[in-house]
Amino acid sequence: MDTSIHTSEAMVRRRAKRRAAERRFRAYGATAVALAIAALGALFASIIGNGYTAFQQTYIELEITYDPETLGLGEARDAAALSAANYPGVVKKAMRETFPEVTGRRAKRRLYGIVSSGASFILRERVLADPGLVGETRRVWVPADDDVDMLVKGHIDRDAPEAERRVKDDQIAWITRLERAGRIEKRFNTTFFTAGDSREPELAGVRGAAAGSFFTLLVTLALSFPIGVAAAVYLEEFAPTNRLTDLIEVNINNLAAVPSIIFGLLGLAVFINFFGLPRSAPLVGGLVLTLMTLPTIIIASRAALKSVPPSIREAALGMGASKMQTITHHVLPLAMPGMLTGTIIGMAQALGETAPLLMIGMVAFIVDVPGGLLDPSTALPVQIFLWADSPERAFIERTSAAIMVLLAFLITMNALAVVLRRRFERRW
Amino acid sequence: MTGAALVLVLLALAAVAFHLGRKRAFAVSAPLGGAKHLHSLPGYYGSLAALWCAVPAVIVLVLWLSLESRIVENLVVSGLPEEVRALPPERLDLVVNDIRNLVEGNIVSGEVDPEMRAAAGRYRELQRTSAAASAVVVLIVAVAGLGVAWRRVAPALRARNQVERIVRFFLIACSTVAIFTTIGIVLSVLFEAIRFFGHVPLTDFLLGLDWSPQMAIREDQIGSSGAFGAVPLFAGTLLISFIAMTVAAPVGLFAAVYLAEYATPAFRSVAKPALEILAGVPTVVYGFFAALVVAPLIRDTGTVLGLDVASESALAAGLVMGVMIIPFVSSLSDDVINAVPQSLRDGSYGLGATRSETIRRVVLPAALPGIVGGLLLAISRAIGETMIVVMAAGLAANLTANPLQAVTTVTVQIVTLLVGDQEFDSPKTLAAFALGLVLFTITLCLNVAALHVVRKYREQYE
Repeated sequence: MDTSIHTSEAMVRRRAKRRAAERRFRAYGATAVALAIAALGALFASIIGNGYTAFQQTYIELEITYDPETLGLGEARDAAALSAANYPGVVKKAMRETFPEVTGRRAKRRLYGIVSSGASFILRERVLADPGLVGETRRVWVPADDDVDMLVKGHIDRDAPEAERRVKDDQIAWITRLERAGRIEKRFNTTFFTAGDSREPELAGVRGAAAGSFFTLLVTLALSFPIGVAAAVYLEEFAPTNRLTDLIEVNINNLAAVPSIIFGLLGLAVFINFFGLPRSAPLVGGLVLTLMTLPTIIIASRAALKSVPPSIREAALGMGASKMQTITHHVLPLAMPGMLTGTIIGMAQALGETAPLLMIGMVAFIVDVPGGLLDPSTALPVQIFLWADSPERAFIERTSAAIMVLLAFLITMNALAVVLRRRFERRW
Repeated sequence: MTGAALVLVLLALAAVAFHLGRKRAFAVSAPLGGAKHLHSLPGYYGSLAALWCAVPAVIVLVLWLSLESRIVENLVVSGLPEEVRALPPERLDLVVNDIRNLVEGNIVSGEVDPEMRAAAGRYRELQRTSAAASAVVVLIVAVAGLGVAWRRVAPALRARNQVERIVRFFLIACSTVAIFTTIGIVLSVLFEAIRFFGHVPLTDFLLGLDWSPQMAIREDQIGSSGAFGAVPLFAGTLLISFIAMTVAAPVGLFAAVYLAEYATPAFRSVAKPALEILAGVPTVVYGFFAALVVAPLIRDTGTVLGLDVASESALAAGLVMGVMIIPFVSSLSDDVINAVPQSLRDGSYGLGATRSETIRRVVLPAALPGIVGGLLLAISRAIGETMIVVMAAGLAANLTANPLQAVTTVTVQIVTLLVGDQEFDSPKTLAAFALGLVLFTITLCLNVAALHVVRKYREQYE
């Protein structure tokens, strides 16, 4: 106390108060940062915690007899007959033979419910690939129904009262027997990455949505990068300061802050109703997202052009280059890393955007993987929205897994932007 | 020939044109004593030829494609029997739609009679003819352009200036896209909204307290007249935005202050990317998080406390939206705080003020206009945010200020009114555009005000 230069009692009290205020203020700041990071942590923890199990799928081994009689084939062995044969019957027969003691219509239906309805498609593919299978007996791993999958993964409590469970007591007994016999196995869920959408969670995949996103982004990139760079070059290098350029500038800044759903309304009214482009097409989605990401790209590109020092331009002009040559030969190459960074960030935004795509009909239930710009399709975030709406428990984990896929793409794109900036950005 | 193949052929032709133009430039300059007697570099003659070849052809192609379907349709309709053509326009549209579906091999809504089959055949025939004709015309235009350019190449031709003029025109066209986008938005929302106000008076829409946008299918149906009073939607939007801002404003602002003034460089290099990740998470992910984790959590907490909480409470959507906006607020505030000159801080420290006193009494007042601008932008973003509220807020239009109840917002209603199949001129669909107009107007005002404030502030310290 005596070492201090502040000796009066009141002064010491004031100093203590001020120091406490300082500590409090600092603590508020630290709390705010901690809250934000905690929110991020909670978000990722819940997504990953819910989703990582979706990368595995429960399979059941069945002893399938490709009996021509059950298949309803008769003597025909041509592709049309093989394709139309009664494969569900074969699966059911295999189930009956595995559990011969099951009688009664309801019990049998519950028994058949253990295996996914996709099992018969797998059998059909195998027979079509090798017609010699007919009449043979093979051990085949087929996907389990989504409820069974949930049970095996522990998302359904086996001890809960039967009425509250989607999986009934006798089904659990059968599953336990299969598990003891080693005929239930969890495997890597390849379906999730190779299939389109489906009403059955165990058959649903993100391939269709990913392809839709790819085509949409392709259109967006092909349009927004050249247009954005051209606009930035004009505004930064050529434009005289007059009312037109002022108007353009205000418009760009304002469009960057217009809600994305408004761009969806624009797409619906202009591209679909006025120009008659097809609904649900990646082309229209790409056009809408182009308009949406243009401001981002223009603003980033202008910043990149601004950071090229004037001395470079002056040197080129001094050597007799025209203004256009100065820009294309010297300024643009130097500004390109910054422009590409801005473009990648814009693309990442476009990839995560959902609302405008809802407006232009990219929310349809589409099973086929789109193969072109005009095929009906969805996009990854829209697929997430659709699955999040589904009541099945198994779709929760698949939604989370789809989110993980989307986030993986986004993080890769952003990391690429960061790397690009670090490697090529020059400080003058 | 398909469109893609045609474009590829055009590109190839343009490449050929470049090569020919360049060679021609060398050829015409040879008698004079070499390329140095050309006005421009030989490459510019090539580029000019390529532009002459490609640009008119592309313009023709685009015009053709945009007019093709309409002309083909009219031709098909005029070939339909008299009694079909006499149908009212909506029914006729249905028939045309069926024919189109038939052509594309889709499912057709009604019975397929031989006449329609014939019409579909005609349609397909016309499409084929049109495709072939377009290919021929486009290629003729391209080759003609190439010919003109080839003949024009001469040592005195100012090829570089012409190419640069064309490029410059392209640059100007690209930079006006922003204006056209805005005009497009205004027109598309305004026209449909005006049609909507033909069904529902403007005052009923803006001041009505009852929102139930069902329209009658039959005349005598109960509750047949939909109610389009949008006040509950505005109230719900404001409630959720308010909750979001009560989270985002203090947390974002304090986080920005801490990162700008207190944090060590090491901590900043961790915390800033974390905030950036938070900003990069798609809103649909936040929506899923809100619906799956936050809403049940709040409901269960409410039940424990003996409160009656709706499962789609405004609080859940608002909280998660607040988290989404935190990085937005913090990065904007960070910018303005960093823009405050160091001399102001040094002056304050020199007078014996502590850090927090400096921040509160000097830095924040100096940065206030910028911060206010940033907050306005954040509010505009909260009002226009769609996915979180679509997934986590309710659909029923309750007029309430209780954050524990379910409310609905403008964006939710736009989505529910427009998603799925609908006829395009019912008041129900048009209402979505009226809501869009309101949303656009409000966010536009907020944005313009915010941008103005921020710009004024930047100028002050630059």
